[in-house]
Amino acid sequence: MTKSQRDIIIFTAFGLAVMITPLLLRGNYLLNVFVFIGINTMLAVALNLLLGFAGQISLGHAAFFGLGAYISGILTTRYAFDPWMAMVAAALCVGVIAFIIGFPILKLKGHYLAMATLGFGIIVYIIFNETVDWTGGPSGMSGIPNLSLGPIIFDSYMTNYYLIWVFTLLTMLLSVNLANSRIGRALRAIHDSEVAARVMGVNVRLLKVQIFTVSALISALAGSLYAHTMTFIAPASFGFNFSVELVTMVIIGGLGSIYGSFLGAAILTLLPEFLRVFHDFDIVIYGLLLIVMTIFMPGGLIGGFEALAAAINRRKEA
Amino acid sequence: MSTKTFRVIFMFLLLAIMAIPAVAAEPVKIGALFSITGPPSFLGEPERNTAQMVVDEINKSGGLKGRKIELVIYDTQGDPTKANQAATRLIKDDKVVAIIGPSTTGETMAIIPIIEKAKIPLISCAAGVKITEPVKKWVFKTAQNDALAVARIYEQLKKRRISKVAILTVSDGFGSSGREQLISQAKNYNIQVISDETYGPKDTDMTAQVTKIRGSQAQALICWGTNPGPAVVARNVKQLGLKIPLYMSHGVSSKKFIELAGDAGEGIILPSGRVLVANFLPNSDPQKKALIAYVKNYQKRYKTEGDHFGGHAWDAVMLLKGAIERGDDTPAAIRDQLEQTKSFSGIGGIFNFSTQDHAGLTKDAFVLVEVKKNKWILVKE
Repeated sequence: MTKSQRDIIIFTAFGLAVMITPLLLRGNYLLNVFVFIGINTMLAVALNLLLGFAGQISLGHAAFFGLGAYISGILTTRYAFDPWMAMVAAALCVGVIAFIIGFPILKLKGHYLAMATLGFGIIVYIIFNETVDWTGGPSGMSGIPNLSLGPIIFDSYMTNYYLIWVFTLLTMLLSVNLANSRIGRALRAIHDSEVAARVMGVNVRLLKVQIFTVSALISALAGSLYAHTMTFIAPASFGFNFSVELVTMVIIGGLGSIYGSFLGAAILTLLPEFLRVFHDFDIVIYGLLLIVMTIFMPGGLIGGFEALAAAINRRKEA
Repeated sequence: MSTKTFRVIFMFLLLAIMAIPAVAAEPVKIGALFSITGPPSFLGEPERNTAQMVVDEINKSGGLKGRKIELVIYDTQGDPTKANQAATRLIKDDKVVAIIGPSTTGETMAIIPIIEKAKIPLISCAAGVKITEPVKKWVFKTAQNDALAVARIYEQLKKRRISKVAILTVSDGFGSSGREQLISQAKNYNIQVISDETYGPKDTDMTAQVTKIRGSQAQALICWGTNPGPAVVARNVKQLGLKIPLYMSHGVSSKKFIELAGDAGEGIILPSGRVLVANFLPNSDPQKKALIAYVKNYQKRYKTEGDHFGGHAWDAVMLLKGAIERGDDTPAAIRDQLEQTKSFSGIGGIFNFSTQDHAGLTKDAFVLVEVKKNKWILVKE
């Protein structure tokens, strides 16, 4: 079996599992949690393209997510745009913004890049808060319409689930393909050594900006979907904390692993739900679990599972 | 009959006997959403403490029509996304009959679509006018509107013949809502806002803004924010020798503010719920008894003073209690009874709900209080 055949089988199996999950969760509140897992997976996969493949950190991805949500929200509530059109407009807008700021920002490396993206995230967060006439300020913006497709209106947990997950699966498919393509290999070359990549003829500067743009565009799309499913948005959802949460999802799941991003997103979204039984200690336990995972599985969950499988195989052989 | 069959029958009988009281005592499930952690924890924590305390008190004294109340509390961390998830869980998984909270306007607005669709009554503890205007069928609130606090301050300014004011507001939800009201109501009282400054929620020095205001013709300064910002403003005002009267919002009406501001707090006037000055109220005040009991019980249980934020939760639980006692405990019956609540004396004020008014308070819910010798005292009007 070749690698691409294996990829197709894994993706199909994953897609099927996603499609039947709601049938198992009938009427359960967890269905709603899975809607958010879908959105977070999209964001984590998008960030993974940048962080896991190209090795460029961004501490400002919540800003792209927020921009997508707000552009969608403003266009539909103030200018009576069709939600789908607003979504496309938001994604394009954010893509252009990312492309423009990408050139100066991605010249920076390491801590400086982290600082620059963090700064961008904070500036955008302040804009959401201060431009009260546009965004409704800190207390948010309500009345954003749901998406609809012919007779189907995406306004219930079930319909939202399928809406979000179709987009999430498409994002994952795109990312898996991208990772296996020439571009994916070039990105990994940049990750390991920018100088070596340039020597091999990779246009490092442009490629970094391009992948940054793609990543921002997908995040904006996730933002639009979020706005149209929640029908309400407020700046508190798009702050620095959420940017850090996204980076945590990617790292916990495993850098450079698409399914790892899903695992990371699922765990960080679900864990607080299950830890609620511990009441006031849930945050402490949550923090401890994250620390333990990063210490004992430095390659993320996917890396950890692979190492575990390898260890078991070795023992069998011995 | 063999001993074995007899034993089985006996066991079933035993089970049946045990099951009867269990059915009869099925608790009334009420959900609560508070920002216990995160930036608005100064609201969420006293609200959670108060709600738990009131529910325990009700259960200890026999419950609601003989049934205990079970309070299911989730932390929303000030985040609308988390509020959405927690509200869904309360409705779908815990199957609560009513929900109290969330603590902030943003979170409340985020869950209103879910609430309206699920047809579960919600009593929000947030202050935003948007929550109950326009009226939403299933949504009520207990926190006083900012508009009422602003009206209280402007009334007194008018009496003192002050017509030019400077405003200094914090750039968060509380401050921007206050700023909106301060500007829009000014003309009703022939007051001119001649200086309009803002500061960030995390700023530690407001000398620049206060210096600018000192250079203006303002006859009074109104600062709108929650701790700790306004205490810094108070100190900056004193350092810069600004002599005009300083007014603040109900966002700092707690003992904490006096601690933070120290001597600089002297003479500051602000609108507040009556809870801060419960002891100064005349005995004829219908709220006095409940207020003093609340402050005392809170002090006993949590070793700190109960403030008016916690009071929002007290009002919410007691409003629900009243509604359930008068009617049935289905969500629809609770909603209908809530809407008919008349002259309920709570911590925040005297509530009168109606089909057109789901906020229920008038500007009498606020009194003006002043800092005198490191204590809050009631301003006589």
